[in-house]
Amino acid sequence: MTRIFVPCDSSALALGADEVAQALVAQAAQRGVEIELVRNGSRGLLWLEPLVEVETAAGRVGYGNVEVEHVAALFDADFLHGSQHALCVGVVDEIAFLKKQQRLTFARIGITDPLSTEDYVAHGGLEGLRNALAMRGADACQLLIDSGLRGRGGAAFPAGIKWKTVLGAVADQKYVVCNADEGDSGTFSDRLAMESDPFMLIEGMTIAGISSDATEGWIYVRSEYPHAVKTLNRAIEKARAAGWLGADVLGSGKTFELHVVMGGGAYVCGEETALLESLEGKRGIVRAKPPIPALSGLHGKPTVINNVVTLASVPIIFARGADFYKNFGQGRSRGTLPIQLAGNIRYGGLVELAFGVTMRELMFDYGGGTASGRPVRTVQVGGPLGTYLPESQWDIPLDYEAYAAVGAVVGHGGIVVHDDTANLAQLAQYAMKFCALESCGKCTPCRIGSTRGVEVIQRIRNGDTSVKQVTLLRDLCDTMLNGSLCAMGGMTPYPVLSALNHFPEDFGLTGAPQTAAA
Amino acid sequence: MHTRIAIAPEELVARLARPGEPLLTILHAIQEEAGHIPEGTIAPLARAMNLSRAEVYGFITYYHHFRTAAPAPIAVQLCRAEACQSMGAEALAEHMEQRTGCRFDSHHHEDGPAAVSLQSTYCLGQCALSPSMMINDRLYAKVTPKKFDALLQASQQACTEAAAKENI
Repeated sequence: MTRIFVPCDSSALALGADEVAQALVAQAAQRGVEIELVRNGSRGLLWLEPLVEVETAAGRVGYGNVEVEHVAALFDADFLHGSQHALCVGVVDEIAFLKKQQRLTFARIGITDPLSTEDYVAHGGLEGLRNALAMRGADACQLLIDSGLRGRGGAAFPAGIKWKTVLGAVADQKYVVCNADEGDSGTFSDRLAMESDPFMLIEGMTIAGISSDATEGWIYVRSEYPHAVKTLNRAIEKARAAGWLGADVLGSGKTFELHVVMGGGAYVCGEETALLESLEGKRGIVRAKPPIPALSGLHGKPTVINNVVTLASVPIIFARGADFYKNFGQGRSRGTLPIQLAGNIRYGGLVELAFGVTMRELMFDYGGGTASGRPVRTVQVGGPLGTYLPESQWDIPLDYEAYAAVGAVVGHGGIVVHDDTANLAQLAQYAMKFCALESCGKCTPCRIGSTRGVEVIQRIRNGDTSVKQVTLLRDLCDTMLNGSLCAMGGMTPYPVLSALNHFPEDFGLTGAPQTAAA
Repeated sequence: MHTRIAIAPEELVARLARPGEPLLTILHAIQEEAGHIPEGTIAPLARAMNLSRAEVYGFITYYHHFRTAAPAPIAVQLCRAEACQSMGAEALAEHMEQRTGCRFDSHHHEDGPAAVSLQSTYCLGQCALSPSMMINDRLYAKVTPKKFDALLQASQQACTEAAAKENI
């Protein structure tokens, strides 16, 4: 019996994977061929979705962009034996885009059935948790510090230090909160992790809990990800039934319980303190720090709060050791980063690599240039609050410090490519508009500055390119940068100023740009 | 699509507001069942959660996801964030407005109550397969004007058929 894999993550579903799966089953029945249909996760080769794979002696052979009307022809071409067909992409593991990657965190995605506990264990799952259960909390925190893992959500704070702070705090209840409010345009690694390998997140959070003495975990998932919520809930149910969660984690006598809550569609709830407010049943308004969440987080209790990919990277670190992980990367950016190639890109998807890769390599060697076939104009790295990089910056190694040195951010590792039809003044104005839409309203520079920003950029776009307007815009950006509590107002100037500094012609400005406020 | 059967707000709250549950979870359950958050749920919800009505109202209106009125039978959400913009989402938005006669993020329609509503959203997490959109609860990626027209037509047809069934 031949095994056929049809992904069940939301990208594949958005392109008709369910219908393809049904057609495959129906066609096989009609032809009297026995097949075993597996709904795997996505491999992250998103431009090929729905990517149907067939298990053969040579490996899993892929057929990309399969639609219902292709199904009969695939059977005719004997695809069940991996035969040639226009849609055939060969053995999937041999596809250069995938083969060149260093998949540590995302090693299992697309290979396994996301909801099969057997599959998970057969592919290295739970090794990290078993090791962590045999360690003292302080040693576990030290291991994470030694691995060099920094928060992958954007702030890049050393994860182990956070855990150690929570472990050291004295309280009757501690929490682990997973920030799955992945709102940045151009990012989808959290979604992929939750939909294609949810047990990995569950394991990572459980390790966080037992290492920091927290017995309860919450995953806060954005409302735009209903499929991830469904997958997580089913995975948690299975993990509980298997004894991975609950009052006696893997027979250790230790307790860890896990819950999922769906957000309300507020971008600012991706900021950790706003998220905690939201989880407590309040409007998602940013809290002033200190106190830090590690000491006073959810319901005022010590809380480990990390994003999905940070927590999902924990199991492999505990399975293979701090040195194994630390040996990837460079400088103070250790390990791998799941980069998301998005926007106007030919081969979009997930590229997990050690830190140090350049934008040029990512966009061209992996991404194959633009989807439109036009020249790349710019790339925005790190989400809506990240800078627009001009070509002169495409050779900087991807590294937290190297990016910070040019006023850019790695952020969540999302990169959005724009071709030469992009208007950077329009994109800068959009950045201000988005801030106005999503500001929680606590800080005046963010709440009002963003609206004024939309207006002043409109005046410049309307032709008033006087020094007065440009100075006003820079002044406003300076106020937002320095006068906002969180990254929403504090970083909206990044895309705006980078657009203004590197692409003044789009604003109708000629001559040398004034130096940036940032 | 949500069937609009009148449910008593007090009954909804009594059934769905469990102590210890986050307010978000309760509101999602109410909206899932009623199609929106009926005004009448606010007072009983405030009592059940030991909050003021202002706090509950403030919460509901703060979050984009919660609606206080029933949605159009065909509710379209188009992602208008950067990645989708880079793949022509703005031109697609214009096409969608022309095709439907609706304006984005407006509850008004020239010919009375709208059968279709267009809403902007900011990131559906399909940024490598832009532009993306949702029609009611279903997600679509790599949307073109042609694909939108076909999906809209199919949705309209499904609506007409559902209405015909109800009238039998």
